Amino acid sequence: MHELSIAMSLIDAACEKAALMGNPRVEALYIRVGPLSGVVADALEFSFMVAREGTAISEARLVIEKTALVAHCVRCDKDQTIDSPQHLRCPVCNEATPDVVSGNELEFSAMEVDEGVTTNS
Amino acid sequence: MSPRIVEVRQNILKQNDLLARDLRSRFSEAGVFVVNLVSGPGAGKTALLETTLRTMRDKHRVAALTGDLATDNDAQRLARSGVPVKQISTGTVCHLDATMISNALGTWNLAELDFLFIENVGNLVCPASYDIGEHLRVVLLSVTEGEDKPLKYPTLFNSADCAVITKCDIAAAVEFDREAAYANIHEVRPGLPIIETASKTGQGVEEWIAWLESQSVVMS
Repeated sequence: MHELSIAMSLIDAACEKAALMGNPRVEALYIRVGPLSGVVADALEFSFMVAREGTAISEARLVIEKTALVAHCVRCDKDQTIDSPQHLRCPVCNEATPDVVSGNELEFSAMEVDEGVTTNS
Repeated sequence: MSPRIVEVRQNILKQNDLLARDLRSRFSEAGVFVVNLVSGPGAGKTALLETTLRTMRDKHRVAALTGDLATDNDAQRLARSGVPVKQISTGTVCHLDATMISNALGTWNLAELDFLFIENVGNLVCPASYDIGEHLRVVLLSVTEGEDKPLKYPTLFNSADCAVITKCDIAAAVEFDREAAYANIHEVRPGLPIIETASKTGQGVEEWIAWLESQSVVMS
């Protein structure tokens, strides 16, 4: 269960960004999680709710966007969306697709802030 | 003022990734080739490493870092091979990260090493997310674990550069289905090189080391 470590890294990064902006109230964090990131979204959300307590962003929501697994199919000469990381095969022609284009993301994409309200700490 | 969205666009594990990148350039500059061994608990990482260190030490300057939650049993076993070994106690942390590696290296002179092996914590999930500055990630699958492990843990197998099947000397006794194992590994990571070994008998160890040597030449 490394989701707690990841939640803490995320919170550290968000607090750092917020401090640079003069500590506005952070309403939400937006993240993107891919099926090959090794992270379970539910566990991350749970960890986040625990880890945000007592930090400068203790009221922030976590908004998780689950991204698709996309691999390049050599036979179709096209990027294809793969249903499951258990079968890295083109959904159209069934060719094996070792060339993963995206799906590893574990990205802190954006932050929603209210600059009318500032927090201390 | 109403709330607004500020774009960030950075990897959540940015700090780890930056440190891992630094470590990798440090390793490359010093001419040491670094291999991260990952697997579930009991797949035979320590046994493979013991055999590997003993076999390689005459020809190469080798060393190992071994991660463990609580005990230093693995470090003690590995130290018997007579090469530099250091224990990383992770406490309750289920994986190694770049900071732990950086701290563990301490005063080691990397220029005096050719190969550094890092034995990760036995865990098929968490180590997948953490770059520790390695050149190669090798996943172990023992014949006793069941051929469907790659399908259950696709992320770790997908992130690996090679799969080593261990304990092949008892494959028949546990009715290991070799074809199914190969098929499953290649479902989650098409084309992944697979090496079959048995640390007790030495089966496949020569092939494994030859493969490591060839990779170290390509990468460095």
